[in-house]
Amino acid sequence: MNTNEVLTKEISGIAASNGIAIAKAFRLENQELKVEKKAVTNVDQEVVRFEQALESSKRELEKIKEHASQTIGEDKAEIFEAHLLVLNDPELISQIKDKIQAQHFNAEFALQEVVDMFVSMFEALDNEYMRERAADIRDVAKRILSHLLGVTIPNPSLISEEVIIIAEDLTPSDTAQLNRQFVKGFTTNIGGRTSHSAIMARSMEIPAVVGTKTVMAEIENGDVVILDGLDGKVIVNPTDEEVKEYNAKKDAYEEQKAEWAKLVHEQTTTKDGEHVELAANIGNPEDLKGVLENGGEGVGLYRTEFLYMGRTQLPTEEEQFAAFKAVLEGMEGKPVVIRTLDIGGDKELPYLDLPKEMNPFLGFRAIRLCLEMQDMFRVQLRALLRASIYGNLKIMFPMIATLDEFRSAKALLEQEKQKLLSEGQQVAGKIELGIMVEIPSTAILADQFAKEVDFFSIGTNDLIQYTMAADRMNQRVSYLYQPYSPSILRLVKMVIDAAHAEGKWAGMCGEMAGDETAIPLLLGLGLDEFSMSATSILKARSQILRLSKTEMKNLAEKALQMKTTDEVIEAVKETIK
Amino acid sequence: MVSKTFTIIDATGIHARPATILVSAASKFDAEIKLEYNGKSVNLKSIMGVMSLGIPKGAVIKISAEGSDEEEALRVLEDTLKSAGLAE
Repeated sequence: MNTNEVLTKEISGIAASNGIAIAKAFRLENQELKVEKKAVTNVDQEVVRFEQALESSKRELEKIKEHASQTIGEDKAEIFEAHLLVLNDPELISQIKDKIQAQHFNAEFALQEVVDMFVSMFEALDNEYMRERAADIRDVAKRILSHLLGVTIPNPSLISEEVIIIAEDLTPSDTAQLNRQFVKGFTTNIGGRTSHSAIMARSMEIPAVVGTKTVMAEIENGDVVILDGLDGKVIVNPTDEEVKEYNAKKDAYEEQKAEWAKLVHEQTTTKDGEHVELAANIGNPEDLKGVLENGGEGVGLYRTEFLYMGRTQLPTEEEQFAAFKAVLEGMEGKPVVIRTLDIGGDKELPYLDLPKEMNPFLGFRAIRLCLEMQDMFRVQLRALLRASIYGNLKIMFPMIATLDEFRSAKALLEQEKQKLLSEGQQVAGKIELGIMVEIPSTAILADQFAKEVDFFSIGTNDLIQYTMAADRMNQRVSYLYQPYSPSILRLVKMVIDAAHAEGKWAGMCGEMAGDETAIPLLLGLGLDEFSMSATSILKARSQILRLSKTEMKNLAEKALQMKTTDEVIEAVKETIK
Repeated sequence: MVSKTFTIIDATGIHARPATILVSAASKFDAEIKLEYNGKSVNLKSIMGVMSLGIPKGAVIKISAEGSDEEEALRVLEDTLKSAGLAE
């Protein structure tokens, strides 16, 4: 009997940075720095104490900056240059000293008061980037505070064996002090894919799993941890088999990554010389970096609903304009398909206060809602039109079921365009207008739509659920989610053929577009553009480079005549093995 | 006192990075240096002051300097703005 048996635990979180690491846990605990309000009698002495804390903080930051520029690059270390300027900021310092001298506050309290004031000023700015800078100010303030209180902030740069960092969250200075030689990855209780720690992990190319909620409670110092940044899993005290399995997964990933990385600047061309476009689906301008790093040839779907979510009121025209412009400029003339607001269904906006529906997926959502709530829709259309001069913009309307809906949306866009022009604003001469094909009625009537739209983008997640009449959120009918079903393939074919007959193009922006079983079929059906999550692009490119379009055409033709999904999957496997 | 007006041409306006460059340059002088935008005036040696203005592309800003090295300060700041591609 094994007396040393330890419990294996599996914790899931958000996969924030790709890769796999196996090492011992190192808990990075942040002491709570408590600030008490006190009255001081000797104010001069208190000012000196504050100045000394400033000096020690500066020396410490200089060291961190030097370390950071060696480990994460000059570029990323610049953030500490900004931190140092905050420490030297005459406004900040004089206001804190004023509070000590005039109000007899202790240095800790004076610091907190002034910093809170600046932080709330930054957080009130109408600009996400500036709001994030508030975190930098807090970070600096914490450093000064630790020196005032004589508390040592844990110093991850002293780690001298291979570890995986376990933390509540990581601040910019925490991440910058991580020594790449020893820190193999990290996992945190809070955070999301776009939080600072996640972005740093990706730029350092170490795996990270964030937003686990429980790692701090479940993992002790010295526990062996497997960190799977590919699937967002953390395994604590794994069995020997699990370690073996993950070592193999790690090797396979590293090998493949090296292989894919060679393809970043390659064209996506089949063995027989046919070019297709591999684009990325994004949710906000920050996703662009990943698109470019993964060799995206465009943005095939920019989901604008994220601009509307997680807030208490509608975004302004300026906010939307700034986001659209940033994406268009960032893509440097490559095509960018921006989808107008697709809200409703599973995506709610509490501040719109819409009534609950029996069947939200069949209800008042997307274009239906926008054509009704025209004031809101017009704001977005204006922002799009104004941004159009900054790149290669294509506008796409979601959930179109009838030609009338498309015509109405197009008419609103035209009205806003005329208004802008009469106000003396610039608008691009030609903006392609397309629709999502996700409702069977539209796929079936695609030949008529193709005469009026400039392009189609097939949204497979919804097209499949509407064709199969199976709610994709309902586990019990999930077997009906069958992307390779001959019925779905026939609909896809109708859409692509209809586009081509009118000299238009057809793309796809659902999960299916990046799926390795679907890609051969879609290629064979003649799909022009495949839009997927950025991290799938290189893998898809490496697959397409090995395929012949002529052979895939034969495969697709056979698949269209098959009876079941299983037959199709079998045929694909047979062809591409 | 000397002063000069500039138009910001950098696509992202004066964000953290350009603000860092400007404040570092201004801090080298004894003169009191002010940055004015949209009716608000801040100390150009204060990174938090400068960033709190949230200066966008196309903004017209005014820099003024007062003190023994005011001429030199304004000249250096103008060079800094131009060589960093921030303004014209």
